[in-house]
Amino acid sequence: MNPAPAAAVPRLHPKARLQRDEVRGRDVLLYPEGLVTLNATGAEILGLCDGVRSVADIVAALEQRYGASGLEQDVMSFLDGLGAKGLVIYGR
Amino acid sequence: MDAKPLWLLAELTYKCPLQCPYCSNPLDFAGSRFKHELTTEEWSRVFREAQALGVLQLGLSGGEPLLRPDLESLVATAQRLGLYTSLITSAHRLTQDRLAALKRAGLDHVQISVQAADAELSDRIAGTRAYRDKLAAYHFAKELGFPLTVNVVLHRENLHQVEALIRLAESLGAERIELANTQFYGWAFHNRDALMPTKAQLDAAWQVVLRERARLGSRLEIVWVLPDYHEQFPKPCMGGWGRAYMTVTPAGEVWPCHAAGRITTLTFENVRDRSLEWIWHQSDAFNRFRGEAWMPEPCRSCARRTVDFGGCRCQAFLVAGDAALTDPVCSLAPHRHVIDAAVTQVERAAAARVEPTALTYRAAPASRALAAKG
Repeated sequence: MNPAPAAAVPRLHPKARLQRDEVRGRDVLLYPEGLVTLNATGAEILGLCDGVRSVADIVAALEQRYGASGLEQDVMSFLDGLGAKGLVIYGR
Repeated sequence: MDAKPLWLLAELTYKCPLQCPYCSNPLDFAGSRFKHELTTEEWSRVFREAQALGVLQLGLSGGEPLLRPDLESLVATAQRLGLYTSLITSAHRLTQDRLAALKRAGLDHVQISVQAADAELSDRIAGTRAYRDKLAAYHFAKELGFPLTVNVVLHRENLHQVEALIRLAESLGAERIELANTQFYGWAFHNRDALMPTKAQLDAAWQVVLRERARLGSRLEIVWVLPDYHEQFPKPCMGGWGRAYMTVTPAGEVWPCHAAGRITTLTFENVRDRSLEWIWHQSDAFNRFRGEAWMPEPCRSCARRTVDFGGCRCQAFLVAGDAALTDPVCSLAPHRHVIDAAVTQVERAAAARVEPTALTYRAAPASRALAAKG
């Protein structure tokens, strides 16, 4: 699978659901017969995948939030990983 | 490590309009042990206790879960708890209105079985005319926006249809197809000699799966559940005993997997007597095969013990007569010869074109007759 361009708009596949795992104090992505454990950054990225923001918008939002730069690579590789599992798709 | 469960399989009832001869339900499903089904309130408490214990994935199964008139209410309870709910159904008599009501209640995912790729064979294996309802239900599920899994149990009679089954799932727009080679427990163990395929059948089907996976990529996930009698090493059954998984039966017994009730050397607790938390952490049945202390040789000194956890306890009990032995499927197990003998017998019979023995269909009268025989 090719990495998504910065202008692409990521969103969760309808089969996947972001869920707080209260018992273990973490966020998880639940989907048919499986789950992915998310760290705080991963959960934050997915929280920004609203079907409106592009990858570039999400990177910009995170960089502003943390006063950081150069997050694009991290965001893209995270989204590509979920894209390969069919959990993140692109398009409005 | 004190593991917490992630998965709960709720077997809501053992009543089922289908009679598949490989059913994983207990042979004595029609007996008194499973008769007094949990009420709506009792199931709701089980779901609450499961969520508090760490469960995130809930399978609603049976028998046929649609026969529970309170299914919508149970789904709504699970949804409020944040559980990811999968309905595992034959879809017999499932209407679009009922499925829409389940969607409104918060159901996340639908798994509908089919017994073969065409109506004639599918209905023959199911023991009833069910194929037409299934096809209609697949379309209802997609129209309602559900993620859809097509569930198929594979055996000698339908392995030649693997390609047609994958094409069917593709044409339906399913997300997943589970091609589950028959695991020999319950009714399938009873019908083993008639269900077991030959090695040549399995190899041919596997080649189809590889080809179709390459063609379909991420468009359709093709799950292939290994035919473990034909493997060299055992499956990591349930990801290890009492590590991540539990089953609650229709009358409230709690098992480490859906076949474990057959192990007569264990005593299983009931949610009517104990909390799920106590059963998970304290009960003898869940602790007996946890970790590695119980392991015999060759598991105890084997590097694979952290990979396969000694394999399947139910298989050790059924085939080797002792749940505490190495899974006899393992090529290193002292009882592997029993598995080899079963496989060889099937190969010889196929080579000589001997008709397999007749299947015993899963039905209440057969269940009571088998239970009476012991």
